[in-house]
Amino acid sequence: MVEHRPRLTFLAHAVLILGVFVLAFPLWVAFVASTLSASDFNRIPMALMPGGHLLENYSTVLSQGMASAGAIPVARMMLNSLIMALAIAIGKIAISLLSAYAIVYFRFPFRKLIFWLIFITLMLPVEVRILPTYGVVADLGMLNSYAGLSIPLIASATATFLFRQYFLTIPEELLEAARLDGAGPWRFFRDVLLPLSRTNIAALFVILFIYGWNQYLWPLLVTTDPSYYTIVMGIQRMVTVADATPQWQLVMATVILALLPPVVVVIGMQRLFIRGLVETEK
Amino acid sequence: MEKRVFFEHRLTPYVLVAAQLAITLVFFIWPAAQAFYQSTISQDAFGLSTQFVGLANFARLFGDSLYLHSIEITLLFSALVAGSALSLALLLAVMADRVIRGAAVYKTLLIWPYALAPAISGVLWLFLFNPTIGVAAYGLHRLGYGWNNFLSGTDAMILIVIAAAWKQVSYNFLFFLAGLQAIPRSLIEAAAIDGAGPAKRFWTIVFPLLSPTSFFLLVVNLVYAFFDTFGLIHATTSGGPAHSTEILVYKVYRDGFVGLDIGGSAAQSVVLMAIVVLLTVIQFRYVECRVVY
Repeated sequence: MVEHRPRLTFLAHAVLILGVFVLAFPLWVAFVASTLSASDFNRIPMALMPGGHLLENYSTVLSQGMASAGAIPVARMMLNSLIMALAIAIGKIAISLLSAYAIVYFRFPFRKLIFWLIFITLMLPVEVRILPTYGVVADLGMLNSYAGLSIPLIASATATFLFRQYFLTIPEELLEAARLDGAGPWRFFRDVLLPLSRTNIAALFVILFIYGWNQYLWPLLVTTDPSYYTIVMGIQRMVTVADATPQWQLVMATVILALLPPVVVVIGMQRLFIRGLVETEK
Repeated sequence: MEKRVFFEHRLTPYVLVAAQLAITLVFFIWPAAQAFYQSTISQDAFGLSTQFVGLANFARLFGDSLYLHSIEITLLFSALVAGSALSLALLLAVMADRVIRGAAVYKTLLIWPYALAPAISGVLWLFLFNPTIGVAAYGLHRLGYGWNNFLSGTDAMILIVIAAAWKQVSYNFLFFLAGLQAIPRSLIEAAAIDGAGPAKRFWTIVFPLLSPTSFFLLVVNLVYAFFDTFGLIHATTSGGPAHSTEILVYKVYRDGFVGLDIGGSAAQSVVLMAIVVLLTVIQFRYVECRVVY
């Protein structure tokens, strides 16, 4: 800062610490709740220090789920979420790389039209075309399958644009040199473009993994068979069990398990994450 | 900016775009076209007879007081979410831009909520505000406020606004911080030499220079509040009590999947598409002029 004002610096720290505290408070309460026993919730207000049932609660949800909600083991839901998130992230990156490559490095009829068709998908999130999209997936027999969970979500205008912008900045001499050396399109793609795009791919992967893991509406629509439930949408069934009050210690253990993977990814790969976030919003 | 050197293969580019194009056509363009078509038909409850009704579904929609109410709720909700998430994030970013010691730690501790799904954020706050066991609800009861988000529409709205804004603060924070750090130091220093204090400098130099970032974030936040909060609503209030939190994306789902009103739901889809197109156009117009600033 331009001038020395200890009081303002102190205020800045105070505001930031308060901000950190407010952001973390719900998470802390959820964690504490996940370590209590069912009867601890009879005591009002609830304890704010962890209880002794951590292992018990987590192993219950992981291996059995919440029996009263008719839910499957949370370990299975996490596996479903993982498969879906990876399929979406890898699928999106793969098809976007290929189509961006075609659009930048080839001249062919309908190139502009295809570009615009991809562009339009930006304006059609699942939420706005919900019933017809469900109809298409049902007609294709893709309900209750990993393909149904992931394939409809892997078309992405943002990823295609990102790679297109990036490819446009790559010097043309590279292609000229490669062609002089007799490299065909696949060779150039594999040996020149892919290695150059490594950082972009990694940054995008972080963002897309979180995007895929956090999907809610789509899994809700295409899965009726509990063995395909993903964890983020499965929690809702635990909260709204009709017959009794939700077993909060189990719900909160599931919440912690649901948010742990993406939070670890964001904190562990912070640089890539921020890069991906800024790039995809351009 | 186009490449001057390119491959001349004829078939290869089509092979390359085939996957992207197939998915786009099957899962995006075709359903969207269907939505347009379905918005002009009327079907009986068993799907036995279909009738072309023109714009009658839209007329019915905008004559429906529940739908108009849903529009109002959505506007209120989005304004509150965008307003609070933006102002809190700006406050935190300005403070984080000021501190030197511990800046990286603060940043890490402030960005993690971005990773949470809106539905998870909703469940976390639902638990805190649970009228019987929630810590926050307990505090409010002690203060004399009879909090109950299951009975009071206002309380339910406050709950979803807090949950939605809480998660979005970290995203806005990152962009504001980047925006602040891009402001040339020389401008701030010149103003300081002229005797402008920190508050004056903020309102006359920093804030105007941040306006491109703020505007961009405003659009992103509105899109978030409009469309990404479906899970949050579904997992916490389910639009209730008495439709008081039934925002547009929730209503389109409910009318389509629970109410099985195909024409009405499709008409709502078309209205939502118009809103996304509008917001996207605004955003792209802005990206164009950002360079000029």
